[in-house]
Amino acid sequence: MKLLLLLASFALTAYAGIRMLDGDWFLIALWVVGAAVAHDLLLIPLYAALDRGAQRVLGPGLINYVRVPAFLSGLLLLVFAPLILRGSAGYEPATLKSPDVFLGRWLLLTGVLFALSALVYAVRRSTGRPRSTSPER
Amino acid sequence: MNGNKRGFWRSPLRGPWFTSVLGLVLLIGLPVLFVTGLLSYAAYNPDLGRGNDHTPDRGILGFFLFPWPTSPHWLYRVTQGIHVIGGFVLIPVVLAKLWSVFPRLFQWPPVRSLTHALERGSLLLLVGATLFELVTGVLNTQLDYLFPGSFYRVHYYGAWVFFAALVVHVALRLGKLRRGLRDEGGEELRAPDPAPSTISRRGAVALVGAGSLTLFAVTAGQVTGGPLRRTALLAPHGGADPGPEQNGFQVNKTAAGRGIRAADTGEHWRLRLRGPGGDLALSRAELLELEQHTVRLPIDCVEGWSTGDQTWTGVRLKDLAALAGAEPDHMYVESLQRAGAFRQVWLRANQVRDGRSLLALGVNGAPLSKDHGFPARIVVPNNPGVHQTKWVERLTIGRPV
Repeated sequence: MKLLLLLASFALTAYAGIRMLDGDWFLIALWVVGAAVAHDLLLIPLYAALDRGAQRVLGPGLINYVRVPAFLSGLLLLVFAPLILRGSAGYEPATLKSPDVFLGRWLLLTGVLFALSALVYAVRRSTGRPRSTSPER
Repeated sequence: MNGNKRGFWRSPLRGPWFTSVLGLVLLIGLPVLFVTGLLSYAAYNPDLGRGNDHTPDRGILGFFLFPWPTSPHWLYRVTQGIHVIGGFVLIPVVLAKLWSVFPRLFQWPPVRSLTHALERGSLLLLVGATLFELVTGVLNTQLDYLFPGSFYRVHYYGAWVFFAALVVHVALRLGKLRRGLRDEGGEELRAPDPAPSTISRRGAVALVGAGSLTLFAVTAGQVTGGPLRRTALLAPHGGADPGPEQNGFQVNKTAAGRGIRAADTGEHWRLRLRGPGGDLALSRAELLELEQHTVRLPIDCVEGWSTGDQTWTGVRLKDLAALAGAEPDHMYVESLQRAGAFRQVWLRANQVRDGRSLLALGVNGAPLSKDHGFPARIVVPNNPGVHQTKWVERLTIGRPV
């Protein structure tokens, strides 16, 4: 039953895949496999290493006050990298809008996120509960 | 023990509950993206042929196609807004889900049987196709065409590759997901020797949710338009609307960028109208003397942004069909633009017949700006933006051959 389902799925994959790869098939296939490989072998080790390094430096009391804004800021950079890093050549001619605003806005959002986090930390410290971790799972 | 280095993975977050909660969100969210994507495909009326059809080899993958309706006029705005903003919102969920099962990539032995090998192959396709769809979609909304091939082709067929693998994954894992929500089963996901906790499981889910919410906050305003557009800080069509020199709303593709020369749109411009009654050539002044109608409609882009409703004035397409001696039927629209995949397009009879479908000459009380399609453009309710043809040169009433 499981085998039958898998084979049926692969049949559909082949039907759509042949059409998807019509053109520069090697490059397109490289993008599909490359997306998974780049994510698994670059992105995950990168943010795992950053997180471990940050934990070592900051300790359990501070880590989440950095982790949360850094995660949100990094996510925005990951998703909007073409605009933020001005990699999208087609943007300005098509929209008549300047792509130069995005880097500033991202930096601004990053600053606001870290400032909010610092504020929460300061408030919790003054009220006597600076630790962000809770013992229950 | 699976005989591998499971001890290397130490995050106490990993486990059946965390994976299942994220899995449940994706179980609902990803099919919504798939279905809204199919709807967008149908909205192009690809069965009408050349101009509309960017995947003529679709075969059975076009089985669901239907004539795209003109009502409600906000339908495409909603479905495509959900598709694009929903895609952004699900990115952190996908990333967290993949992180939660990451150690399983290195399970040992890697393959236990033929079925197991096929299952893992299917998973590779699922991960690859999901990421490919997200990456191509995200790049396309930012007009960064790095990826190989036509967006329509790779994103559409890629969606079917994704769907084929998703069905298998859901069928094989649904029971596990249900047990996982009660934090049962799925022992292989847990770290055997977890490190001390630095964030609670609920905290981690909340963090992923905060990621989704942040992406929503910086993009959603480009769908709603109006004052909220300013809140879409990182969306390609966020920020302030342009001023009256651009009729007060967002431009997508400029006249200069499409190779429109001033001489083409000047006083020598004529609308060529072709029908059973013969050929007509109408100047802009002559068009303005015909009965003018006013409609309030948005421009909705496949890239997931919309203008608010704009006030268009112009001549009804069905009146132009009558002028050409025809009953309202399909209409072939050709633009002055020399380049671009959408320089010609078929409108279906239901679109031509709709009294709100115009050859617009003005918008918001002024003539069209050159970047919004001067001297004349198409406006049809619930029509994807790329089919709201600008700089119209010729209208032909008839059927695709």
